[in-house]
Amino acid sequence: MKLIRTPNIADPDAFYDSLLAAQRDLPDDQAERVLAKLVLILANHVGDRAVLAEALELARSNTVRRQPPAPA
Amino acid sequence: MLATYRYPEFPYVPSPEQRDGVVLRHPVVVIGAGPIGLTAALDCAARGIPVVVLDDNNTVSIGSRAVCYAKRPLEIWDRLGVGEAFVEQGVNWQVGRVFFKDHRVYTFDLLPEAGHKMPAMINLQQYHLEERLVAACDASPKVDLRWKHRLLSLQQADDHALLTVETPDGVFRMEAQWVIACDGANSETRRMVGAEFTGRFFQDRFLIADVVMAAGFPSERWFWFDPPFHRGQSVLLHKQCDNVWRIDFQLGWDADPDEEKKPEKVVPRIQAMLGKDVKFELEWVSVYQFACRRIDRFRHGRVLFAGDAAHQVSPFGARGANTGVQDIDNLAWKLQMVLLGEAPVSLLDSYDEERAFAADDNLAHSTRSTDFITPKSRTSRMLRDAVLELAETEAFARRLVNSGRLSTPTPYVHSSLNTPDVEAFDSPMKPGTPCADARVRIDTGSSWWLNQLDGFVLLAFGPTPQRSVRVGGVTAHVLSVGRDLVDETGDLTQRYDGRPGTVYLIRPDQHVAARWRQFDAHAIEAALMRCLGKNGSL
Repeated sequence: MKLIRTPNIADPDAFYDSLLAAQRDLPDDQAERVLAKLVLILANHVGDRAVLAEALELARSNTVRRQPPAPA
Repeated sequence: MLATYRYPEFPYVPSPEQRDGVVLRHPVVVIGAGPIGLTAALDCAARGIPVVVLDDNNTVSIGSRAVCYAKRPLEIWDRLGVGEAFVEQGVNWQVGRVFFKDHRVYTFDLLPEAGHKMPAMINLQQYHLEERLVAACDASPKVDLRWKHRLLSLQQADDHALLTVETPDGVFRMEAQWVIACDGANSETRRMVGAEFTGRFFQDRFLIADVVMAAGFPSERWFWFDPPFHRGQSVLLHKQCDNVWRIDFQLGWDADPDEEKKPEKVVPRIQAMLGKDVKFELEWVSVYQFACRRIDRFRHGRVLFAGDAAHQVSPFGARGANTGVQDIDNLAWKLQMVLLGEAPVSLLDSYDEERAFAADDNLAHSTRSTDFITPKSRTSRMLRDAVLELAETEAFARRLVNSGRLSTPTPYVHSSLNTPDVEAFDSPMKPGTPCADARVRIDTGSSWWLNQLDGFVLLAFGPTPQRSVRVGGVTAHVLSVGRDLVDETGDLTQRYDGRPGTVYLIRPDQHVAARWRQFDAHAIEAALMRCLGKNGSL
């Protein structure tokens, strides 16, 4: 199996709303822990280490690539 | 301190070779009489090699240090005749509990499979263990244990090493065909051969307190992440014999080791944990930091490194002494074969191949445990805490909790001594794997499979056309199930998938070298040659 990178969530606006709702009323530390748990729960659901590795790489490269280059 | 134990003081005995000023060449000299060095001496003796052990001190380990001993090392010590005594004296345990903050997260049970002689794990103070090993060495006519002998320098020659040794009577020289360096994490021998010892250092400091108390905790391993009595850090509680309990407090990276060792600092920590009313006595306190690192090569010419001298791990998972004993298990029979001229010297390179592989596996486990127990960033702590909270209700998250993965042997699955399977087996006893035990019946009554093994063995299910296979002076004797022993419980047959005709070639260290579905003497000879490092397998 490959990581699905094409749109795959039905009613994406409603999903995004539920993602916000899951931690909307919480202080930052709890809100962050909710996200961390979500990652763990979904990772277990996926299970496939190759897919997880691809997802981790995508998350990281999408973040690191955005950093401005270090001054020479 | 040490209300429960009196340290023995072993006598310094001047050696005739020093007195007479003659330089003798010994087959094997072991440096260091810790658990690994003493085990090395016993294993060499068991294989018929006279062995000299040099130790710069004259007593056992100060403080209990290593505590947990796992099944495989106990099986090795049983082969050497001391395993039963360790199990009898030690605390047998199998349940572990993990706590996060003020509640229990989960409980694990090592649930040892029935039909094995040795238990999954025992706890025993290192000094008790060493004292028994010393007694066994003293009882062996092949072991010459020399206290107050310090190795000053070592020079390598083609076929031996020259050792300069200092005793209370001065300095003398001796030669060794082979040196086994078991002189610990700060090995001087390692420095003498110029070996590299590299890896990761960890900044966190830990406090070990061994306390004596008659408290009614069960014989279990209790581990706390961030408990109310020691905020933000971890704590481990473990039982040893004589009502001695090991408590291990994580202190963080900025703790002052000298301050933290003072009883006025230690006692309140323990009171906060146990409650003000619990009466206890401090027996031994130490503050430590650790590293996960290993030597570049386990063999440097005539010097072979074992135990902490070759690899240093974090204490989580009890992988230090347990791994070291397995180093010796791997090494002693190879030295025997080389000394007898039955194997080329290059067989000893397979010691590096197999045990470096095991050390890397141990280091990876140990490093992962350390990263879980001592998160290095805010985000890694958040992920760790998320795992712990989920683990209360979610079975999948329990598999991610890492308070130390307890030591299990690393099979030598890629070893060049293995002859790979060509037929299908429904058994995990692949070439390179340590043999599983099983209850068996022999002429004299009920016994254990591992106790039947001696040298190279051919385990055969059903009759075989011959009783042994020879290569040079090395003989592998057949042990035939049904003839030499009876598999009353069926465990042996099940664990080895012993359909009629099945044959296993087992190494002297009780590891599978090869297996077949029928007895083919030529195939067995070839596998035995390969296992001895002949026919260019190395």
